[in-house]
Amino acid sequence: MKKTMSGAVAFLTGILAFPAIAESTSQLDQYQLNLTKGVTDISAEVYDLHMLMFIICVVIAVAVFGVMFYSMVFHRKSKGAKPANFHESVKVEIAWTVVPFIILIFMAIPAAQTLIAMEDSSSPDVSVLVTGSQWKWHYKYMDSDVEFFSVLATQPEQIANKFEKGINYLLEVDRPLVIPTGKKVRFLVTSDDVIHSWWVPDFAVKKDANPGFINEAWTKVNEPGIYRGQCAELCGKDHGFMPVVVIAKEPAEYEAWIAEQQDIQRRAKEEEQKLLAMNMEMGELMEVGERVYLATCAACHMPNGEGLPGAFPALKGSDMALNDMQAHIDIVVNGKAGTSMQAFGKQLSLKELAAVITYERNAWGNNTGETVQAKDVNALVTGQ
Amino acid sequence: MSTVTDHAHHEDDHHHHAPSGIKRWLFTTNHKDIGTLYLWFAFIMFLTGGAMAMVIRAELFQPGLQIVDPHFFNQMTTVHGLIMVFGAVMPAFTGLANWLVPMMIGAPDMALPRMNNWSFWILPFAFTILLASLFMEGGGPAFGWTFYAPLSTTYSGDTTALFVFSVHIMGISSIMGAINVIVTIFNMRAPGMTWMKMPLFVWTWLITAFLLIAVMPVLAGVVTMVLTDKFFGTSFFDAAGGGDPVMFQHIFWFFGHPEVYIMILPAFGIISAIVPTFSRKKLFGYASMVYATTSIALLSFIVWAHHMFTTGMPVAAELFFMLATMLISVPTGVKVFNWVATMWRGSLTFEVPMLFALAFIVLFTIGGLSGLMLAIVPVDFQYHDTYFVVAHFHYVLVTGAIFSIMAAVYYWLPKWTGKMFDITLAKWHFWCSLISVNVLFFPMHFIGLAGMPRRIPDYALQFADFNKWISIGGFAFGLSQLLFLWLLIKACRKEGEPVSDQVWEGAEGLEWEIPSPAPYHTFETPPVIK
Amino acid sequence: MQNNSKSELNKDNGKMVIKLVAIVIGMFGFGFALVPLYDVFCDLTGINGKTSNTAAVYESVEVDESRTITVEFITRTNTGMPWEFRAQTRRVDVHPGQMSQVDFLVKNPAGRDIVGQAVPSVSPGTAAIYLNKTECFCFNHQPLAAGEEALMPMKFYVDPQLPKDIKFFTVQYTLYDVTSSAEVAMNQG
Repeated sequence: MKKTMSGAVAFLTGILAFPAIAESTSQLDQYQLNLTKGVTDISAEVYDLHMLMFIICVVIAVAVFGVMFYSMVFHRKSKGAKPANFHESVKVEIAWTVVPFIILIFMAIPAAQTLIAMEDSSSPDVSVLVTGSQWKWHYKYMDSDVEFFSVLATQPEQIANKFEKGINYLLEVDRPLVIPTGKKVRFLVTSDDVIHSWWVPDFAVKKDANPGFINEAWTKVNEPGIYRGQCAELCGKDHGFMPVVVIAKEPAEYEAWIAEQQDIQRRAKEEEQKLLAMNMEMGELMEVGERVYLATCAACHMPNGEGLPGAFPALKGSDMALNDMQAHIDIVVNGKAGTSMQAFGKQLSLKELAAVITYERNAWGNNTGETVQAKDVNALVTGQ
Repeated sequence: MSTVTDHAHHEDDHHHHAPSGIKRWLFTTNHKDIGTLYLWFAFIMFLTGGAMAMVIRAELFQPGLQIVDPHFFNQMTTVHGLIMVFGAVMPAFTGLANWLVPMMIGAPDMALPRMNNWSFWILPFAFTILLASLFMEGGGPAFGWTFYAPLSTTYSGDTTALFVFSVHIMGISSIMGAINVIVTIFNMRAPGMTWMKMPLFVWTWLITAFLLIAVMPVLAGVVTMVLTDKFFGTSFFDAAGGGDPVMFQHIFWFFGHPEVYIMILPAFGIISAIVPTFSRKKLFGYASMVYATTSIALLSFIVWAHHMFTTGMPVAAELFFMLATMLISVPTGVKVFNWVATMWRGSLTFEVPMLFALAFIVLFTIGGLSGLMLAIVPVDFQYHDTYFVVAHFHYVLVTGAIFSIMAAVYYWLPKWTGKMFDITLAKWHFWCSLISVNVLFFPMHFIGLAGMPRRIPDYALQFADFNKWISIGGFAFGLSQLLFLWLLIKACRKEGEPVSDQVWEGAEGLEWEIPSPAPYHTFETPPVIK
Repeated sequence: MQNNSKSELNKDNGKMVIKLVAIVIGMFGFGFALVPLYDVFCDLTGINGKTSNTAAVYESVEVDESRTITVEFITRTNTGMPWEFRAQTRRVDVHPGQMSQVDFLVKNPAGRDIVGQAVPSVSPGTAAIYLNKTECFCFNHQPLAAGEEALMPMKFYVDPQLPKDIKFFTVQYTLYDVTSSAEVAMNQG
């Protein structure tokens, strides 16, 4: 049974996929026709289920269309066909109600088994809190306090067709999620603003991130590697630009990586404390600020600071950017509830925050001449 | 039965002769005039929504952002969906119902002619408002035609108010149209036109009309909640205020899934009229067709959550909705088998309406089978919100609903105008559409399975080649519809050979017993049903 | 069937229209009725992990010592909410039926008074209806003056009816800044 099935699959894919044969060696598999098998036991089960459904559907289609095309060829008037007189048959009608019903039961049983396995996220080895926000993912390891944002790493120039596009165009991030292989990893999925959906095809995991609610999914990856996915629920303007990248490492390597991250986060905190005592020059602030602005703010407020009228406010000439410095720091650090304006205090360092606020107060003709220092931002964050 | 001459009818007659030009159309209460208005409106909307699809396909022709920015791209996908659903498919079916239901049941007109006029004339306002919002500050709706909260509430632009207003008007229009159809079918049937003698188009429309009055008010309710959440501080869908964004999806799809059948049941009626005519054989299993349609309609109320398997549901709920959804394929299968059995040992000819009907059966079945695959929860986790879904619903809506509407137009057009349409042009239209629509939608299955999410303005490089083909198919399909436009203009100018009353050899039913072109007033004296 | 006289037909049509319009109005109402129905449905099935937003009364149920359930707490602050917010205990092991208390620390570092609202969510959702909270900060708005700190308690027990296959569940609290809507409510009230 299994063998004939795979034979049939090969045959069908062969028919459907004539261009694939020539191209299948290319690295990018431009003609991938089928669902991925993935790298977990569950994703392999899902793939088998998909193929089973596909074959059943193809068999039904071939049978129905076969009969139909037979009549189209042999029962045509031009061949002298005379119409028969039958127009009902209780037996036949009952048969083609009951038979599909039995086929459906045959389809539903394996589907239910796989589903129950997929939804059993009990006793995980590692838990990661995945939070979606407009248009990035945030990962937090529940057992070790390591947390970071993961943002699209493709250069804007590639998207604008100015630079040549890299091989992982739109599927690369600055900081991928790292998980251990061979361990049950549980993802707790939630959102900060609108609904997103966290999807890695290779794991057969797709879960909606609902604001205020928590969902869970799990995976157990068999092979180390880099696995890429995307947000799968329309979440606003840059929905197409928030990929998911997961690196699966051997458990020992994973442990080392976690330790390294903890170290980095600790040192970054110390660095910030030192910074509080210093004042940065306008030139340096503007330089850092411009870089941060283009990476973080320009998607909505636009590189020229003019925003998108009616959707995202302009910063150029805005009252807040020209006059009210405390309100400006507050909105950048804490965000604004009920809008797309996020709390960047969680995403950027004090230095970056100070720089980008300074930049916004001095770029595009906003010539306040004021600098904002890390300690000003820190004062607001800590309430001192 | 001859006492149907009365005051109102004289008045109608009078109106017919007096106003001409624009006034005739503005004030008309004649079901044929209103049917024509609906059909032309639907066609104009089809071209408008199609133009937006061309923008989408042009942007997706190659990777990178070339033509539009992502915000405008989202507006295009959203408004394309809204226009095609509420502006093209639904008004086209209402137009066909207006033209055909009275003629098929031997009634002189629709039961409520003035309401009929209103239900049409508020539609252009609804779509003017919707389209105008595209040119306002912040742009039109950009949250998908499904307007999931909180993207459509807290995070949307101020023009959302216009979107809500226009959806309300569309809903009122559909409800009025549906009430009219129901009352007409219940009260206006000619003597002897018993329930089980009604043509299937009338049956399917009756059931559709009941679905409409059941679910369009729910849509009105959910857009009202979106409006109050956004502008009046309620928290139906806002977690901070004790609401739940997932509840939006439950209420929306409680409307949305029956809506899907609203767009396909009349198509079943059309195909059930055309296939017997060109097979010269009675429809196989008339009674089971009626029961199948009814059970599809009833089942449509208990499957809504299959659109939201990834939102996080208890396993029991997922299994229930999976099984209920799979169950729908049984009555749908019965329909397809009945059509094939009707053709079996018939005497087939392949006039243009039949060509479209045959394409419908094959391509709709493909869409139905991919729908069955989508019902399977574990694999739906992989398919959900990818191009596989886009392929699925375009197969059932474009090669399903739209092809059936085209089949219907070709089938009844000679009856309406009294002239045969340009057959050569029609065949060009058919073959160009058939080939291009498959180049357009078939590869979407592949890129969907390979992992391309829907509603994205730019994509990873491995999807590039298929997207190019899809766009080429899209442009070709768009251009093919200009042939249809040309053909319709020629038909409206009454070019072509005069046709007989029966028009098609093998056509049966009351509408084929009246003269061609159908007179302005028909069945003022009820016909005798054999 | 077509009636004999036009006036009779009009009367019949009118009656039918009234009935159909009644259905339409009824269904419009039903759309709104789906909101409380959904909540009832959630209470019964725990769809979407919603917990009850009123205090449960502790009935002295028998403590099921044979089972140990791990309850994990996640605290988040949403966009626009500057508070620090964390659970004093991240994980507790409890027996079903046993009362427990977890304290949550909040601090308002901002220069303005803020009213917070915590929204709970449980995963897996089916566990939600078995989490009985006799006291919770999430039942009410929580005001904190600028610079103020507070310890917010949450007392709960797990219903012994909890399905046997659930040994572990997660409770997430998301803290929202609801100052503006709370002010509106105050002014109106």
